[in-house]
Amino acid sequence: MDSIVITGLTKKYKDITAVNGLDLTVHKGELFSLLGVNGAGKTTTIKMLSCLTEPTSGDAVLNGKSIVREKQDVKSLIAVSPQETAVAPNLSVKENLELMAGVHGFPSDKTKEKVSEMIERFSLGEITEKRAGKLSGGWQRRLSIAMALISEPQILFLDEPTLGLDVIARSELWDVISALKGKITIILTTHYMEEAETLSDRIAIMKSGQLLTVGTAAEIMEKTGTEKFEEAFIKIVKEGN
Amino acid sequence: MKMKVFAVRTAKEILRDPLTVFFGLGFPLVLLILLTAIQANIPVSLFEMESLAPGIAVFGLSFMTLFSATLISKDRSGALLQRLYTTPLTAVDYILGYTLPIVPIALAQCVICFAAALIMGLGFSVNVLLAALTIIPVSLFFISLGLLCGTVLNDKQVGGICGALLTNLAGWLSGIWFDLNLVGGWFKKIADLFPFVHAVELERAMISGNYDGILPHVLWVSGYVIITTVAAVIVFTSKMKNN
Repeated sequence: MDSIVITGLTKKYKDITAVNGLDLTVHKGELFSLLGVNGAGKTTTIKMLSCLTEPTSGDAVLNGKSIVREKQDVKSLIAVSPQETAVAPNLSVKENLELMAGVHGFPSDKTKEKVSEMIERFSLGEITEKRAGKLSGGWQRRLSIAMALISEPQILFLDEPTLGLDVIARSELWDVISALKGKITIILTTHYMEEAETLSDRIAIMKSGQLLTVGTAAEIMEKTGTEKFEEAFIKIVKEGN
Repeated sequence: MKMKVFAVRTAKEILRDPLTVFFGLGFPLVLLILLTAIQANIPVSLFEMESLAPGIAVFGLSFMTLFSATLISKDRSGALLQRLYTTPLTAVDYILGYTLPIVPIALAQCVICFAAALIMGLGFSVNVLLAALTIIPVSLFFISLGLLCGTVLNDKQVGGICGALLTNLAGWLSGIWFDLNLVGGWFKKIADLFPFVHAVELERAMISGNYDGILPHVLWVSGYVIITTVAAVIVFTSKMKNN
């Protein structure tokens, strides 16, 4: 079953076309990665899909709701963990989670229940009362994903979730993301080839707002005749002029 | 309900910043004490309490602009606002959630200022209470201005424009430190175009109970409140739609 159906999605900023006629389908429960060099249109695509910016033309239907005509409905079924950690720095970890539950309209008993669940699921127990602004980058990222998931989204957007993290923190976050696979639909953008290859069910490679290829990591390597995914990515991007 | 959750968060973010508490609540108090001490040691009547306290109360509101603008610009740069834009919160929720929690902070600042003024010689009457209540609509101008600045400026620009420029404008063009009629000329004409002197005169009229000639000041302040609020709502909503 399809979770996201993108048709002719385009975003233009004056003379620049950030995303050009994107057609793409993401299956329910799939972890789908968007790859591309800087300026490929990954973040703009996520911004349009999460109703942060309006498409110039085209549409996308997320679990039956249009990002153009049914924005509020779309917002109630998605969550975003942006490139930046996007936490309230002077609030504690627990208060950040309560904030996100509250803005989704959860009653207080459900908020309590969900906050406890997220604290346990993301092993945040030791830092619940710590202010978010005082946490390390790795913990902030972990909190950021917990804040996105507390609203029980059907679709989760992770925009470069491991950017700037050390190897250990990245590995821990991969475990967190892997544990979500199959439960909800996840769209991930990343610059790390290994991350995309390890975590994704399917991968799309974009360049200059255009979709170059879609498939599993193995399919993409086979198509390019390369043995490493990074080599396949480089070949596709270089040839995709 | 959703707006209330967001408003509580706004209040916590502001009140948990020690610099905010000092500048918001303490700095006007320091000014009041300092200028009263100066007055006690000079032969001319420059900083009489009935005229000084309402001026300081209005001047203190410029910090409300700084607080709201700083918070919003940080929410933007840290992408928290981007995250929240993908939730079911509406534009009205954001605008009220940023504005309403700062109103009681502004009122508390004014009450502290007037309480200190009472201790230092301001005569108590019901007019003092009325003057404190009048600060609420006046504060809406300063808070809306913060919402507007925070929406279009980054953290550093907010520090310069709302911190340095606005506090200077509010100080020099309000007639708190000196009588603008003594300066006169183009300086007074320019000062009269801004809301600061009108807000101060409005507060002075309330505290003295002398309402003669109050109407122009009410109109100037109300006009600025309406213009800044409408501008803030339009700009914020437009930015929200095209992030």
